[in-house]
Amino acid sequence: MAQDTAVKLPEQEHHKDEHLWEGGTEPFKTSYGKLMMWYFLLSDAFTFAGFLIAYGALRFSMEAWPIPDFVFSTAPFNIHHAPLIFVTFMTFVLIVSSVTVLRAVQEGKNENEGGVIKWMIATIIGGGIFLGCQAWEWTNLIVQEGTTVFNNPFSTHVEAGKYLTLDEISQIPKTTKVEETIHGKNVVYYQSVVDGTKYFTKADHNGKAPESMDFANGSSYLVTYHDGKYMNAAYKTADGTIKTEPMGPKAFGALFFFITGFHGFHVFSGLVILSVITLNVWSGMYKKRQNGHEMVEKVGLYWHFVDLVWVFVFLAFYLI
Amino acid sequence: MADTTILEKDLHGAHAHGEHGHDDHDHHGDRYQSAFIDNYMFSMDHKTIAKQFLITGMFWAIIGAAMSIIFRLQLGFPGADMSWLQPLLGGWINIDPATGTGTLSQEFYYALVTMHGTIIVFFVLTAGLSGTFSNLLIPLQIGARDMASPLMNMLSYWFFFLSGLVMFISLFLNTGPFSGGWTAYPPLSELPQASDGSKAGATMWIMSLVLFVVSVLLGGINYITTVLNMRTKGMSMFRLPLTIWAFLVTAIIGLLSFPVLASGFFMVMLDRTLGTSFFLNEIYIADTALTERVGGSAILYQHLFWFLGHPEVYIIILPAMGIVSEVLATHARKPIFGYKAMVFSILAIAFLSFIVWAHHMFMTGMNPFISNIFVIFTLIIAVPSAVKVFNWIATVWGGAVRFNSAMLFSLGFVSMFISGGLTGIFLGNAAIDIQQHDTYFVVAHFHIVMGVAAFFGMYAGVYHWFPRMYGRFMNEFLGKLHFWGTMIGAYCVFGPMHYLGMAGVPRRYYSFETFNAFSEFDAMNQFITIAAIITFFFQILFVVNFFYSIYKGKKQTEMNPWEATTLEWTAPIHAGHGNWEGAIPHVHRWPYDLSRYEDREFIPQTEPLKEGEKDGGH
Repeated sequence: MAQDTAVKLPEQEHHKDEHLWEGGTEPFKTSYGKLMMWYFLLSDAFTFAGFLIAYGALRFSMEAWPIPDFVFSTAPFNIHHAPLIFVTFMTFVLIVSSVTVLRAVQEGKNENEGGVIKWMIATIIGGGIFLGCQAWEWTNLIVQEGTTVFNNPFSTHVEAGKYLTLDEISQIPKTTKVEETIHGKNVVYYQSVVDGTKYFTKADHNGKAPESMDFANGSSYLVTYHDGKYMNAAYKTADGTIKTEPMGPKAFGALFFFITGFHGFHVFSGLVILSVITLNVWSGMYKKRQNGHEMVEKVGLYWHFVDLVWVFVFLAFYLI
Repeated sequence: MADTTILEKDLHGAHAHGEHGHDDHDHHGDRYQSAFIDNYMFSMDHKTIAKQFLITGMFWAIIGAAMSIIFRLQLGFPGADMSWLQPLLGGWINIDPATGTGTLSQEFYYALVTMHGTIIVFFVLTAGLSGTFSNLLIPLQIGARDMASPLMNMLSYWFFFLSGLVMFISLFLNTGPFSGGWTAYPPLSELPQASDGSKAGATMWIMSLVLFVVSVLLGGINYITTVLNMRTKGMSMFRLPLTIWAFLVTAIIGLLSFPVLASGFFMVMLDRTLGTSFFLNEIYIADTALTERVGGSAILYQHLFWFLGHPEVYIIILPAMGIVSEVLATHARKPIFGYKAMVFSILAIAFLSFIVWAHHMFMTGMNPFISNIFVIFTLIIAVPSAVKVFNWIATVWGGAVRFNSAMLFSLGFVSMFISGGLTGIFLGNAAIDIQQHDTYFVVAHFHIVMGVAAFFGMYAGVYHWFPRMYGRFMNEFLGKLHFWGTMIGAYCVFGPMHYLGMAGVPRRYYSFETFNAFSEFDAMNQFITIAAIITFFFQILFVVNFFYSIYKGKKQTEMNPWEATTLEWTAPIHAGHGNWEGAIPHVHRWPYDLSRYEDREFIPQTEPLKEGEKDGGH
């Protein structure tokens, strides 16, 4: 019953634009279903805007924040020190999937079911690859590097300094030597008897010493993490104070996992909806309706939106 | 010639378009199954859904108001024996074993205040007001058989119901419902160790409100689409009754502001469940520092919350304004004064509502220079508000006013909106707010301007459209009694609060017994409490009148009892699903042709313009 006014009236065929808002017609020349999708996307855009504004507000209230080129420089197949390569691949796949869904919509307008199904499946594969990549990236961050919603080992130095060698650390007063097996390796560090602070040497994943013991203000670092333990390296500032590398801002991990996770959930929902609609196309349900596979167009709108949001998430987390 | 074609199509041609393939075999009109479940529970008829929203809203209004009576008892008569409330409140009344005196638990006092606010703001004045009348009036007044998506409309109600159910269950928790204020500021809403109400009660509160946001979005998307796409032929945007303009703009505001609230709530949920710290920083609880919960910002939450919170007050008041505009014009038998000015002032208020939110945060430690900007925008809202007030007065001026219950409540609305609006000018000034914030002045202001006023709009709507809903009239005598009791009662309750606030009496205090400075206000607090109790019983009178009239009210005999011009009165008295039995009427003129000609007291929108006659409003 809801479609009464959507009926194409004879005189509407030659409707002039100035009569569009006079009632008895669709002013945007768009069915109610597509309008509703647009309005939903508008509201969803505001949800994401809320998140990204929260991200900006928290990030710029911090003294230090991890630099994306340093954080996101790992890719599968043991690729390291390759800034943003992996996320570029992910983004490329997702944007290409926007093109494939566009082709599906086109084929739908031509009532070509075979074409719709082909391009829908291509889109689903694209979305699946994106989600898979996200899963790998999350795993790498959580398991290998120790970034979780509570802890974040990535940060930037807010002062220049020089990492201490084990010899220098052993000179720190009121500390005792501790030997521990971490990640199958014997690790030696010194612990303060006053406040329990642990002083580690700066060593990368392979146990080798860093190329330079000196670091500049603003340089990036990653607190070494193995087997659930963070090994904060000791360093000396210009005025001779001895400190340990602080953990990075907690908000970084929480915001990253929350916002990319919320986006990933959108991608996942999109995949479910795409699959259901593909099945419906296959069953011939939309062909009977003879409206140019409008449902495909609607899910297409949603999919473009998810891609567009990713561009902003990408901008906020990976580029700035 | 063209007209006949349309009529045929209207009746039978709905299948040419749209993807509701499976739906197409249903015919229009009252052909739905007569089972109770289909007709009254999971009905997709917008008129039934409107009644569901209304009655659920009434249920919540009674609970919300009863809560206010309990905490008013505490404020008016601190230390009085409350053991008689124990059968109702159980463990929340502490009985002194020595004397047998019962006192209200302090923890529960805060839970009551929190629930009162949440329930009235969201469940009653958002869902109960906008949900009821948008559903009832949008299809009927624009000439549509139902909403664009009746299914989503039904889901909107059931999400609201589910949201209410979760909230209702939280009232019975061992640790009590949420008690951190309806604004749910962290850390009270996030740390279970902060208070009893911050335990399971807070989790359920957040869950409930997320469901509520879903309900509002489902409803709002539907209302906007319906108004834009489903208007009958001839119903141009400037022929829409002001009710529809108000509902349309309300839905747009909701669509843009509730998602931001949801984003804040999602982060609160994560802070509660996962242990993130989006909104937490440097928290001490009982001298213990929460060293792990750092790096967030509580003020960030307040920004996200008030980005909804301020538009929310317009989500509440705009539907009431629309209803009042319609009722005033109809019962004053005069066209609304300045129709387009009314439309543009609604739009201006809606726009401004998005850029004033931080006036709720002048005292949070926000940069005072930012306050300047928000003060200016806040005070500019007075302009479109004043346009509306003067237009209402000009509408009534010199009219042949029918002083029935609907009209009285509309006039009462204008009175309340002026009284409450003026105090808003005080509070909108950041400098004056230093003195007035968090006092009873604020309580008086927002209760009058958005609480009482919105309730008056709702009552006006119920009295006016009751025949449209139930085919009967509400009892006029009881209605007038209800009006005078509420009008006088509300001023007696909230008038003195201005004075308390000016004197610096803070809100949210359980008791002032330990503050000598405030002891001189004891009598005034007692007066307020007694006035509140009396006013509460006048609302019960309304509820009795409502349900009595559904079954025993005077029967509606004419289709258009108020001699109104709008389309909802052209449908049969007990219209089935689909509203009009024949074709949908077409519209030829604006909705306010009242007393336009000597010989024609009113002209319905369906009557074609005579040759050479100009459409009103343009």
